[in-house]
Amino acid sequence: MKKDQWIMGIETSCDETAVAIIKNGREIAANIVASQIESHKRFGGVVPEIASRHHVEQITIVLEEALYKAGITYSDLSAIAVTEGPGLVGALLIGVNAAKAVAFAHGIPLVGVHHIAGHIYANRLVEEMDFPLLSLVVSGGHTELVYMKEHGHFEVIGETRDDAAGEAYDKVARTLNLPYPGGPHIDRLAHEGNPTIQLPRAWLEEGSYDFSFSGLKSAVINTVHNAEQRGETIVPEDLAASFQDSVIDVLLTKTERAVKEYQVKQLLLAGGVAANKGLRASLEKKFGNKADIKLIIPPLSLCTDNAAMIAAAGSVLFEKGQFAGLDLNANPGLDITIHNDK
Amino acid sequence: MKVLAIDTSNYPLGVALLDGDQVIGEYITNVKKNHSVRVMPAIDTLMKDCGVKPAELDKIVVAKGPGSYTGVRIGVTIAKTLAWTLNKPLVGVSSLEVYAASAGRYFNGVISPLFDARRGQIYTGLYQYREGQLVSLIKDQLLLSKDWAAMLSEQQENVLFIGNDLPLHKDIFTERIKERAVFASPAEHNPRPAELALLGRDREGEDVHSFVPNYIRIAEAEANWIKANKEKKL
Ligand SMILES: [Zn+2]
Repeated sequence: MKKDQWIMGIETSCDETAVAIIKNGREIAANIVASQIESHKRFGGVVPEIASRHHVEQITIVLEEALYKAGITYSDLSAIAVTEGPGLVGALLIGVNAAKAVAFAHGIPLVGVHHIAGHIYANRLVEEMDFPLLSLVVSGGHTELVYMKEHGHFEVIGETRDDAAGEAYDKVARTLNLPYPGGPHIDRLAHEGNPTIQLPRAWLEEGSYDFSFSGLKSAVINTVHNAEQRGETIVPEDLAASFQDSVIDVLLTKTERAVKEYQVKQLLLAGGVAANKGLRASLEKKFGNKADIKLIIPPLSLCTDNAAMIAAAGSVLFEKGQFAGLDLNANPGLDITIHNDK
Repeated sequence: MKVLAIDTSNYPLGVALLDGDQVIGEYITNVKKNHSVRVMPAIDTLMKDCGVKPAELDKIVVAKGPGSYTGVRIGVTIAKTLAWTLNKPLVGVSSLEVYAASAGRYFNGVISPLFDARRGQIYTGLYQYREGQLVSLIKDQLLLSKDWAAMLSEQQENVLFIGNDLPLHKDIFTERIKERAVFASPAEHNPRPAELALLGRDREGEDVHSFVPNYIRIAEAEANWIKANKEKKL
């Protein structure tokens, strides 16, 4: 009988201290997340130094809770997977060094994971992957279309040239004086309004899968500003609806074209903005009932930052023998293609 | 009793292994290179060379600051994770105290270990050996080196200054404290991890989960926030 594979995942790239343990690549045995969002709210965004301090305060507590919840010991662990980048360097360093200390203390193999590879692999905790597949990654720091021909191989076919979609959400929310983090507020308002305001859509040059949201963001800010100058009132619900419409229109149109061109069997949604109800509903409508493509959307708890997704990605890298040494470093600008076989 | 000591609070990176009263291994570098990349391999190499397995350790001692925020956090994260995962006691020692212990043991007078904190500021404290024990006279703090020099000029004892950043502030001390200012040799400017291990060896273990660096200062964003909120209330 084959021995069970147990992977511990550690994620500290931004403002969540997270540790998870998963079995055989797909089963969650523990998934602990200590969020710092309450601490950062008063600053209107994540403060890197404060995030790093919180990670140090939380790390062993979260590690202990995960091991306790999973009910296993170190000798059961096949590997420790940790987010090595991208993210806030000071924050990443806590997870990386904690992972190295546990790996060293018990002689357990270490695997470095790209944060976005983790977001994509959150889907494998819901349903087995079927290749080739396409993943639409939308988060605070990323907007990407990633093509995968097999496990652990990532090809970025389109990415944002300026702001990530999540960043645009936060900035628009600030313009509308909504509290941080703004994404969920825009999403909520959008449902109550109508897309009556003309806002641009950045298609970029013909055939490009890249994105650009800075123009849209500026258009929203100008719309609010001009209305103020003319003494008119803007209905925030309608502005939110119009903004969200523009974002989703561009995301979906490009995704649909890529799905056709690359002949993929699955379309995965990944990243924190995947929690957006408007985006989920639109994707369901367009791809939900198609015979030739399977749409997978992870539950909300697996869309936001967590360590189960890191362990899930770590599981396939472990199978491929992609180990890291004790000199593993935090790499804030890490490229996802480092996981591809050389 | 086997003690592992880790110090990454400034540019010097130090790891030491103590077996009872014997220092069985020590590793020190003083280069501007990434601690995160080098400290675990240094621990691994030293322990292998000394034939000590992680499970055989009896205590972990770490320099807990002050120092570079990121530097201190790397050492503290490794130390507290090791202590937790191996279920061993953890002891934190002031990073400045380690400097004091590294050069001042036989000095007749008071000891001011220091390192630069930019814009004329230093992290320092005042220490003295009394009957073989290192005692803290003035707690670790952050202040202008000229204010520190003025404070020290008012007392009568000789002062031993230690630290790699000494050349940046030496003139200020000489000017104010004159012949009572004594400067350690470059060979004594790196904090000795073996001294860190000795300082922590007999101290009681601390709560591992709540163990954090001694930053001295709250984060800048936090300070600004507190200030802004005070103004709002006025
Ligand atoms: Zn993320």
